[in-house]
Amino acid sequence: MTARGKRLALILAALALLGGATALVLSAMRENLVFFHTPSEVAEGKAPFGRTFRIGGLVAPGSLERLPDGVTVRFAVTDTAKTIPVVYRGALPDLFSEGKGAVAQGKLGPDGVFVASEVLAKHDENYMPVEAQHAVDQAQRAAATLKP
Amino acid sequence: MIPEMGQFALALAWALALVQAVLGLAGAARGSAGAMAAARRAALAQCAALVLAYACLTASFLRIDFSVLLVAANSSTRTPWFYRLTGVWGNHEGSMLLWALSLSLWQAAVAAFSRSLTESFRARVLGVLGAVSVGFLAFLVLTSNPFERLVPMPAEGRDLNPMLQDPGMIIHPPLLYMGYVGMAVAFAFAIAALLSGRMDAAWARWSRPWTLVAWVFLTLGILVGSAWAYYELGWGGWWFWDPVENASLMPWLLGTALLHSLIVTEKRGAFRSWTVLLAIGAFSLSLLGTFLVRSGVITSVHAFASDPKRGVFILGLLALTVGVSLLLFAWRAPRLSGGGAFAPVSREGSLLVNNVLMASAAGAVLLGTIYPMVIDALHAGKISVGPPYFETVFVPLMVPAVVLMALAPFLRWKRDALARVLRRVWPELIGALLIAALGVWAMNHVTFGAFLGIALTAWVVLASLRLLVDRLRQGGAVGLAARLRGIPGSWWGMWLSHLGVGVFILGVTLVGALEQRLDVKMMPGEAAELAGYRFVLRGVSEVPGPNYTAQRGELEVWREGRMLTVLAPEKRAYFRSAMPMTESAIDWGVFRDVYVSLGDPTGDGGWVVLLFYKPFISWIWFGAIAIAVGGLAAALDRRYRRLARRMASVPLPEALPEPAAEAVR
Repeated sequence: MTARGKRLALILAALALLGGATALVLSAMRENLVFFHTPSEVAEGKAPFGRTFRIGGLVAPGSLERLPDGVTVRFAVTDTAKTIPVVYRGALPDLFSEGKGAVAQGKLGPDGVFVASEVLAKHDENYMPVEAQHAVDQAQRAAATLKP
Repeated sequence: MIPEMGQFALALAWALALVQAVLGLAGAARGSAGAMAAARRAALAQCAALVLAYACLTASFLRIDFSVLLVAANSSTRTPWFYRLTGVWGNHEGSMLLWALSLSLWQAAVAAFSRSLTESFRARVLGVLGAVSVGFLAFLVLTSNPFERLVPMPAEGRDLNPMLQDPGMIIHPPLLYMGYVGMAVAFAFAIAALLSGRMDAAWARWSRPWTLVAWVFLTLGILVGSAWAYYELGWGGWWFWDPVENASLMPWLLGTALLHSLIVTEKRGAFRSWTVLLAIGAFSLSLLGTFLVRSGVITSVHAFASDPKRGVFILGLLALTVGVSLLLFAWRAPRLSGGGAFAPVSREGSLLVNNVLMASAAGAVLLGTIYPMVIDALHAGKISVGPPYFETVFVPLMVPAVVLMALAPFLRWKRDALARVLRRVWPELIGALLIAALGVWAMNHVTFGAFLGIALTAWVVLASLRLLVDRLRQGGAVGLAARLRGIPGSWWGMWLSHLGVGVFILGVTLVGALEQRLDVKMMPGEAAELAGYRFVLRGVSEVPGPNYTAQRGELEVWREGRMLTVLAPEKRAYFRSAMPMTESAIDWGVFRDVYVSLGDPTGDGGWVVLLFYKPFISWIWFGAIAIAVGGLAAALDRRYRRLARRMASVPLPEALPEPAAEAVR
């Protein structure tokens, strides 16, 4: 093989490697994207069953209760229009509290209860999780357009 | 008075940076020695001005001057002095000032410690760095003034975010910033090479130690950040694929590729355009990281404030930097082509594959990090890309990179035969597979991931030992001590860093395979068992702190009938903010950590307690430290200094033709 041919072979090999990496990235992306749904969307049945997604909004006041095992909690996430019950086993983040924004990741059970595998709250008391804010804004915008 | 002095110093630094940029670039283009010398002095003066500005802000914090908005917003009369000191960078404005200060320190270092560079080359490097500085100082002065006054002055401040009141926070940002900003030096060297058309072995030797030092800072910064997340967030994890973590990982990956590409440029004169492109890429990703962290597009502990104006400004700087440097690259890079030819199986070939894998990994992380933001910006919905994506992509890209990493030092430059190398290292390959099989069997944890991880570590360690033995066998009649001394620093650096990667992988693998977690409700006096350890909750009591009140739990840790220690995790409530804060308690060990943190009170006197058993997690930190120390050893290689002196005594013509460069080597 000439030097030129070898260089070409090398470039082709590098491109093949790059192509393989791209294919890997795209397939991983398709399988692991987590979509976000507002409580209203979940109530309307727009959220998928059996697939992990995120739900966010405010923790409905008075909804937080601890089950007898002491570790599992139930609460409800609301976007002020619709409310979705959530169950979660584990310790809640420091800034999780009723009336404050939270985002939960998990799957929707057949009984309409969202089984969270992860609960995220804010890192700072002044800020709202972007997704939680988005859910509330959406619901309020929807309410505003319905009223007149 | 002090804040005004700081503000003045900041404005002065901006003007000096402008002078430095203009005189540096124009002086080099026209060959004016006076202008070039002035640019060098401007760099030193700019650094002095920023040190002054930074000192003024620090003084305001230490004197608890609440008439400065930043001080009032980020400290209180009860904040301990050391957290007032670190509070300077525990906010957007102050941390950007630290960014600018780091940049000016790098510039002063280039101005002071680069006698070996030709006058015009140094002027160009300083000119480019000055231009970067102009952009960032303008950003500070126009959108993020740290010295803004607050009228009327409040009686008490709002205190520092409790999450940042931690020793890890004292060193994490400065280290990380020195790393981020250090990439600007590699970038400036690359741009100066494009401008002057000079990019030869000598250039690579100038550039490499600077890049190495920046990369070492970046490595340590990421390490400290990761350790901080581990013990401070109370979740027991050490890496979350959070956008902010990714923001520091991306320049690290490209920086790693750059270090390896520079070797080829230095030894063989090849990969030159590619090296320049990597330097541009690494710095662009540092800027992108700054944008992600500072613009408030993501919610995280690092996003102190979200002011869209700031995000747009940094995005503009990023676009300008990437645009101008890529244009320059397109225009000048054809001059840089060429270099020694090589066969696919060769040292060069293996380093090329390393580069492609590192760049692909950086690209994959970039995609996963910004894709949700792009989708959101287009109002196409809200999505997130979680750890499974990153793990799925990252592991397959890194496995061949690590296999090759241990093999590549055995390969010859230019051309080699795979069969020759495999004949040499087959015992190590087989040995690694046997150790891995034995390992998963002994751990009683037979999974492909654990097998792979142990096999990789064993392969890296065995191959590294073999490499050392082979190296020591050469060297003829001199004694072992002389042979050890004869090995250059850069070789030790490579060896140690590669070994560090092996240790790191072992830590990641074993903690992933063997860690155990238990979330349990405990009443005082109750016990829980995890991984052969018995935890007894003595009780939870209220303990006052300087600016908080803590609920402190006391847990006895027992093993085999013996009490090992008493851990005291806390749940703190800081006075000035309603924010509760979990402080985990860890019994550190070389082979395992026992990690405890307090969850919530259950209302009936009990507490949710999180118990973790984390085997070999320290090896993650050991590995990272070895990687960083290796980088430092390589940066301090005598070769760089000795050559530097020789270069200085024999001034080279600009744009050395390739054969001449060969001769110099």
